[in-house]
Amino acid sequence: MERTFIAKNPSVLWFLLGLSVFTLLVSIFSEAAGSAVISTSFLKTLGKTLCLCLVAIAMDVVWGYCGILSLGHFAFFGIGGYAIGMWLMYARTKDIVVGSLENNILPPTPDEVTTAIGSQIFGVVGSSDFPLIWAFSHSLTLQLLAVVLVPGLLALVFGWLAFRSRVTGVYLSILTQAMTLALSLYLFQNDTGLRGNNGLSGLQNIPGLEAVSQATLSLWFFWASAFALGLGYVFFAWMLAGKFGSVIRAIRDNETRVRFLGYHVETYKLFIFTTTAMIAGIAGALYYPQAGIINPAEIAPIASIYLAVWVAIGGRGRLYGAVIGAVVVSLMSSWFTGGSAPDINLGIYIVKWTDWWLVLLGLTFVAVTLFFPKGIGGLFDLISSRQEKQQ
Amino acid sequence: MRSALFALILMVCGVPAVTAQTLQPILQTYAGEIAKPSRKSVGETIDAIAASGLPQVTVFLEQWSEKNIWQRNDGIFFVGTAAGDSLTITDVDTEAKTTAAKSDFKQLKPNGGVRRLIGTALVQFQLMDPDLSRRETAVASIARRPEAAQLAPLLASIDGEVDANLKARKTQLANFLSASFAKNTEDRIAAIDSLSTDTSVEARAVLNQILTTTTGVALAAPEGNIAATLDPMLDAEQSYTALVDANLAAPKQTGGDIKKALEANIVNGRIAGFPLGQMDDPMVRQAAYTALADAGLVPVLITQEVRDAELSKHVFYKVYDEPNVEVTIAAETARKSADNRVATAQFADLTLDALSLASIFFLAAIGLAITFGVMGVINMAHGEFIMMGAYTGYVVQLFIPNYTVSIFVALPLAFAVTFIAGVVMERLVIRRLYHRPLETLLATFGISIALQQLAKNVFGTQARPLTSPDWLAGAWVVNDIIQISYIRIAIFILALLFLGLIIYILKRTRLGLEVRAVTQNPGMASSMGINPDRINMLTFGLGSGIAGIAGVAIGLYAKVTSEMGSDYIVQSFMTVVVGGVGNVWGTLAGAAMIGFGQKGIEWLNPSNTLAAQTYMILFVILFIQFRPKGIVALKGRAAGD
Repeated sequence: MERTFIAKNPSVLWFLLGLSVFTLLVSIFSEAAGSAVISTSFLKTLGKTLCLCLVAIAMDVVWGYCGILSLGHFAFFGIGGYAIGMWLMYARTKDIVVGSLENNILPPTPDEVTTAIGSQIFGVVGSSDFPLIWAFSHSLTLQLLAVVLVPGLLALVFGWLAFRSRVTGVYLSILTQAMTLALSLYLFQNDTGLRGNNGLSGLQNIPGLEAVSQATLSLWFFWASAFALGLGYVFFAWMLAGKFGSVIRAIRDNETRVRFLGYHVETYKLFIFTTTAMIAGIAGALYYPQAGIINPAEIAPIASIYLAVWVAIGGRGRLYGAVIGAVVVSLMSSWFTGGSAPDINLGIYIVKWTDWWLVLLGLTFVAVTLFFPKGIGGLFDLISSRQEKQQ
Repeated sequence: MRSALFALILMVCGVPAVTAQTLQPILQTYAGEIAKPSRKSVGETIDAIAASGLPQVTVFLEQWSEKNIWQRNDGIFFVGTAAGDSLTITDVDTEAKTTAAKSDFKQLKPNGGVRRLIGTALVQFQLMDPDLSRRETAVASIARRPEAAQLAPLLASIDGEVDANLKARKTQLANFLSASFAKNTEDRIAAIDSLSTDTSVEARAVLNQILTTTTGVALAAPEGNIAATLDPMLDAEQSYTALVDANLAAPKQTGGDIKKALEANIVNGRIAGFPLGQMDDPMVRQAAYTALADAGLVPVLITQEVRDAELSKHVFYKVYDEPNVEVTIAAETARKSADNRVATAQFADLTLDALSLASIFFLAAIGLAITFGVMGVINMAHGEFIMMGAYTGYVVQLFIPNYTVSIFVALPLAFAVTFIAGVVMERLVIRRLYHRPLETLLATFGISIALQQLAKNVFGTQARPLTSPDWLAGAWVVNDIIQISYIRIAIFILALLFLGLIIYILKRTRLGLEVRAVTQNPGMASSMGINPDRINMLTFGLGSGIAGIAGVAIGLYAKVTSEMGSDYIVQSFMTVVVGGVGNVWGTLAGAAMIGFGQKGIEWLNPSNTLAAQTYMILFVILFIQFRPKGIVALKGRAAGD
């Protein structure tokens, strides 16, 4: 079975090979391995990019394969980040607090410890009580479960409501965008218990691993991200390869016809929507410890739109397209907006890329939608069709 | 200002001063009291001076209170202005000015209490002063610091008042004063009753003033005008603190106090026999503390049981500062009825707010609704067209400094600019993507991103002002609670205007007929000789043009930034989705629902507009469950997906 699946999808093998080689090369040249070619901060950028690739393939599955243009998947990504961030922040603050209370004459009571942690974490929003939403933050296991379950549950409820009442097409996109906006507005409030617009910070410090240097830690996270991406890729490729995948694609192409064929379209859509949301949550949980900080602005609707942009530019309906899109656009974005791209002197006007990159991206995106609906991934079709011609 | 007023008084009073009786003899009669006034006895003197009824009295009392009266060695009083060693003195009666050596004079410096009495006496003169502005000043000063003694002169001055506005104000103020200070209870109650219909902040302040209470605690309820007895268990901790503050109970130890006491009593690494290591258990801590307390080393631990027992022994009460029971009952009734009126007024104010919000949403969404309805195309760059309109208004103001003219130039120009932008976008992008609605959505996203950044590059990131003309500044004030700014009224009128215009275009013109035909069935319309391409282009232009107009309107009350479009776009979509596609009335209903809903939620939770938006969106998502096609859904074959 496995063999036939790989044989049917040679691109999976190629992708895994490429990912392994890439991971190996990056590991060799990383600071942790004694080389200075790839700095720790760049290693983190690469690790984060891998996480973005993971959420991009999730987006590709839900949009490129199933035809649901969700503008909420980056919100699920953010929820994953918040879920893991709560444990990171709680556990680390607890370590610090316990350390500072150690010098007290009397050993601290559990209540004192909790209050001290609370005032450390929620001091910025003028509170010291733990909100209900932090009830499980002491447990890594429960928060790891939350990384998957909270986005999954949210997607399940939202999807059930939406698909049940046959909300499709642009209506659905608008609704998912509204959901994302509602979530980010909710998180922006100080009194909802997630520190308002301060977000969660200090996530790059992993409790219990203080002795490990950031260089090594970044490499570990890079490996974890690469592993998660590889696993996610294989999972989605396998899921979409069989009959199930055919139904999913059929729903994209003509939902009504699939329904008339006797398939319960809503269940299929709900399954895809929920599964991809969970994978997005996992990607977020790996991304934010590398980013070090998460705040509600990350979840704003525009982030989900960019996610769609990546997938569209990379090429919809093919998993490697999403990966290419995420890598190319996100790395180019950070190159252009980071100020390292050379300015273009037109004589009368100097084009600063920090200002003009978004204009270029927007117009590129329009051009891709108009003229290259297959995106960058479409180039591979040209190669393979040329090969076929030669044969 | 003060000296100008003084000069004015001199002018006014100057003429009769020559013929009338003189003030100096009266002053001399009370010379001792005037030179060294005491708060207790000076009242008589002031009354006597005032009783003379001379016009000079006002000047004298004013100058006295301002410490400008000087007494010569021979006892004669003058108004004086010191300059170095010399003194310019003015005779109190003739107003003849002379200069004299300062050393021959002594300045009179009445203390604060005396000056207040003088001020009160002055009020009756000022209230009758022939100069309107001085009367107004006097009334304002009474309003600022009402006192019992001002009531009689105020009442006396009402009949002679010639200015109608001031007369009304004086009557109102007299009413406030009698509510607080009238001598007999009937008068007070009558005044208080009349306050129940007054929703002004002042009237409520008067009632609150009468109804001020002091909370207290005692073993038994005291004599007096008790407002209420309180249940201490509602907030036991706070009640106990009150008990401690009244020295009726020992303070309750906090966790920190216990900790300190324990730390102070460590003997050989143990506290009262308990090892230090066990002190991370709160129960052990309490046991150790109790043991210490039994040994008499620390105060007895106030546990919850002890606290509750103490609380139940005492009476917690609220007592009115006003001793008269009838007055407080009347005031409570009046306040309750005033509160009801205030609540009604607040509701009306909220309704106006909601109406104005709804009209903004309507303006922002109607263009979107038209394009969506006719072409099935969602234009994500609609928000950026709003921004474009606002920036057009800003640029016009750079060239036309007259704000009134510039607004009337900006409105059509914004329409033209965004109309053209819409047509260009339709021809270049939208037309190529028909029947691929999701792709259209994305392509317009791309345009939206590019336009937003372009605006940032051209106009910078800081907010640009779009100033409204003077006649739109300010607010329409109904009373202290209901008020709405003229700009919002103007936006409401603009929204009504466009509602009418769009309905006219759609129902009464050839273009509208064709638009409706294309909305209902593009294929059939095309076979009837309508050119759908042209209709689509014009519709898109029209929708975008209205967005431009909305941009000018929104820019007038909010700042113009490159991101202003994205603030309205999701709300606009919500409006369209809730209202139903392809129908002006639907958009109107949607806008009304979103506007009123948002304000309603804000009313329930006033401090948090973010929460209101969040819940409103959740509500919309749920609403779609029950009416997936919106409030006003197209019927028949046109409704096909």
